[in-house]
Amino acid sequence: MSSVAKKKSVLWDYLTTVDHKKIAILYLVAGGLFFVAGGIEALFIRFQLAVPNNDFLVGDAYNQVLTMHGTTMIFLAAMPLIFAFLNAVVPLQIGARDVAFPYINALGFWLFFFGGVFLNCSWFLGGAPDAGWTSYASLTLASQTHGVDFYILGLQISGIGTLIGGINFLVTIINMRAPGMTYMRMPMFTWTAFVVSALILFAFPPLTVGLALLMLDRLFGTAFFDPALGGNTIIWEHLFWIFGHPEVYILVLPAFGIFSEVFATFSKKRLFGYSSMVFATVLIGFLGFMVWAHHMFTVGMGPIANAIFAVATMAIAVPTGIKIFNWLFTMWGGNIRFTTAMLYAVAFIPSFVMGGVTGVQLASAPADYQFHDSYFVVAHFHYVIVGGVVFGLFAGAHYYWPLMFNRILDETLGKITFWLFFIGFHLTFFIQHFLGLFGMPRRYFTYLPGQGLETGNLISSVGAAFMALATIVLLVNVVKTAVSGKAAGRDPWDARTLEWAVEAPTPEYNFKQLPFVRGLDPLWIEKMEGRKEMTPAEPVGDIHMPNSSFLPFTTSLGLFIAAFGAMYMEGGKETEWLIVAFIGLAITFGSMLLRSVIDDHGYHIHKEDLDGDDKGVTA
Amino acid sequence: MASKQPEIANSKVNIEYRRKKNAEDMKHQVISFALMIFLTLIAFLAVMYPKTFDPLFTVPFIILLAVVQVIFQLYYFMHMSHKGHEAPALFLYAGIAVGFLTILTFMLLMWW
Amino acid sequence: MQAEERLTLETLPADPEKATLEGKNKFLGFWLFLGGETVLFASLFGTYLALKNSTNGGPTTQELFELPIVFAATMLLLTSSLTSVYAMYHMKNLKFKQMQLWLIVTVLLGAAFLGLEIYEFHHYVTHFKHTIKSSAFGSAFYTLVGTHGAHVAFGLLWISALILRNAKRGLTLYNAPKYYVASLYWHFIDVVWVFIFTVVYLMGMVG
Repeated sequence: MSSVAKKKSVLWDYLTTVDHKKIAILYLVAGGLFFVAGGIEALFIRFQLAVPNNDFLVGDAYNQVLTMHGTTMIFLAAMPLIFAFLNAVVPLQIGARDVAFPYINALGFWLFFFGGVFLNCSWFLGGAPDAGWTSYASLTLASQTHGVDFYILGLQISGIGTLIGGINFLVTIINMRAPGMTYMRMPMFTWTAFVVSALILFAFPPLTVGLALLMLDRLFGTAFFDPALGGNTIIWEHLFWIFGHPEVYILVLPAFGIFSEVFATFSKKRLFGYSSMVFATVLIGFLGFMVWAHHMFTVGMGPIANAIFAVATMAIAVPTGIKIFNWLFTMWGGNIRFTTAMLYAVAFIPSFVMGGVTGVQLASAPADYQFHDSYFVVAHFHYVIVGGVVFGLFAGAHYYWPLMFNRILDETLGKITFWLFFIGFHLTFFIQHFLGLFGMPRRYFTYLPGQGLETGNLISSVGAAFMALATIVLLVNVVKTAVSGKAAGRDPWDARTLEWAVEAPTPEYNFKQLPFVRGLDPLWIEKMEGRKEMTPAEPVGDIHMPNSSFLPFTTSLGLFIAAFGAMYMEGGKETEWLIVAFIGLAITFGSMLLRSVIDDHGYHIHKEDLDGDDKGVTA
Repeated sequence: MASKQPEIANSKVNIEYRRKKNAEDMKHQVISFALMIFLTLIAFLAVMYPKTFDPLFTVPFIILLAVVQVIFQLYYFMHMSHKGHEAPALFLYAGIAVGFLTILTFMLLMWW
Repeated sequence: MQAEERLTLETLPADPEKATLEGKNKFLGFWLFLGGETVLFASLFGTYLALKNSTNGGPTTQELFELPIVFAATMLLLTSSLTSVYAMYHMKNLKFKQMQLWLIVTVLLGAAFLGLEIYEFHHYVTHFKHTIKSSAFGSAFYTLVGTHGAHVAFGLLWISALILRNAKRGLTLYNAPKYYVASLYWHFIDVVWVFIFTVVYLMGMVG
């Protein structure tokens, strides 16, 4: 990672790569940058709210920072970081040499990246979106600047990237598992990746449609959400939340997967209740599509609809509870090692359960009328997203760093990060429950003194500083590890699953011979029988590899350019910008045409050129 | 991996057999095409001569015709009746379920 | 055998579109994409159903639609679905020329459908002043039917590109999956149209 852009050739390598391991690093770097950006926005918010009547960010400026914090964290930080781990781990966990669609995998990254860059260009071009991360249509249509157009087009571009990424992982998991890797032998992380990809497949099209309708209304004068012409703004709310609720499961399920791997490895036990974990994962995915309207209890859908969605929402506590108990039982009687990753996993359980409990409270529709749009809600979703997703990503970073970079992150610094972050997280958000109950509304840029809100807000802001400090220590850790870390070698955690059977650093073809999988935790089975490596399922042979390509980059760049044209052309009246839009689309469609007409058969690595000696199966 | 040998050993005899089987398939497809045209005709006629039926009957009736027609399209034209379509079927039906829920919402849960 | 070699009767597998791993992946990936497209069109249908009576004083569905032209369009698209089935039939029998021919017929029928749709839209705009901006109904109608039309247009370009690109190469294990998923796409367009003519046009006439 540190070597990116050092040499021209390395840069070109990453711009054109179709290797899932390198794409994982691209996702990690880009997602990490956006995570820092979103974190700085969060600090600005907490700085403004630290004292009453503060004038650091007033009115629209606050709205912009608030909107960009939410949008960036969900779409540009959490999603790509999850895709980083999906890319780094899933193909190795199922014993595959590659993903099903390496080219599309690269295209997915570049679409996300250009969408994210486009969205953040808004800061320098007249102001960021200011209608909240949910961008409700009545606010969006009333917004004066191009900010919300950046939101609409940027998310549209990155959303397409996510969708095709999801299809790629579904096909990879269905078609490319190693011999013996049945569905019920797949590691938990792969299972969550599978369910999450299915959620992406069905949740992103409604977002695509919703964004398209908003775009038509904003840029082409249609009337979907304009009540004067018969439109209805509730359509956007439904479309957004039909996407938006599965989206939070898209974020949290891979975190569950990472925790499952971490708990099993560092308890030296197989995951307790594996089949019930699979069942719970699928059930959460299924129920995730039935509950979106609990975000809209106060819209006025009527008591019957509210009751149905309230009950469905509470039902999700059941499979989640199953998971919590399984993790606890995995640790029970285990030989526990408190590594940094394990600390995050252990801390996750009470933190996430607190978010779950407030979730059930909010699911009760009559109570929600009181909680709605208050800081109670803010506290709730930060408890599930930070306590669930971010803890998961940090655990994953420490756990999978050796797999991705062949270095172990410094454990001392890692533990300092953990404690700072853990304390800061609870300091920031626990008090917000009470701020909400005291009557502090969400999204307001200030509050008055003498209403009992000062102390709580100050505590919350101090907590945010702790989390910022934790992130700085983490970044120092990354640099230190890159500069002076020692090679981690193969299987540094004494782990159980297939991804740790590959050589370190992982060769580009992953497995010299595809492994033969004989049960759940296949590497552990071999280790228990005294072998260090997997039993091969095939003789050493030539390995087919895909060619790298620059076209994913240009395809995405075209959309990036076209989005500027579409935004500034004022419905076609500004001819220069219309031309820009067409140039952008021409680049995109031209790249797609080139991809179609130029045959790409890939190349072979001949067996004589494979590294290592012949007896190794792991290469 | 791109160049795996075709799984079935080929011979002239084999291809003759397969051609016959393909012709059989094609016959089914032509029949289902005829039925699809027929269903379309009924649907248009039911609407073009409104006096014949009550609208309360017509709407569910033409929707049913559309569903039947789409089943023909999926299972014959798109070969979902063949083996090896388990995963496609699972995901298509999942998509239909989500889509159905969406449409239901938009018809029932929109207020003005 | 290499994927890019021209297939002969000796080397032709029963399912040339699924004989390689790439082919299998493409086949499954495209079906999954169609699952996602189902939700995409369902969202557009839902929006249309929610807004179809919001005519803002403009023409209603009953005043606007003319069934003969819709019927003609339907027949064109249904027939094009059959011709693309014929093309796949010839692919499985390794009759490459016939396959290309039937695909050309498919493209022509699709182009005729698209021509009718453009004529229809033009008619609505000029005679009824019914545009995408005039009412929420107009927005929803043009977006739903237009998205389908855009899919048809993309399909025409796609299939044409396939026909031209492979004209001299014959059928291979490399291009067979491409032909197959293009035909799946074309059938899916037909599936969507079946619901459009039923839900938009026929139900619009019933009221």
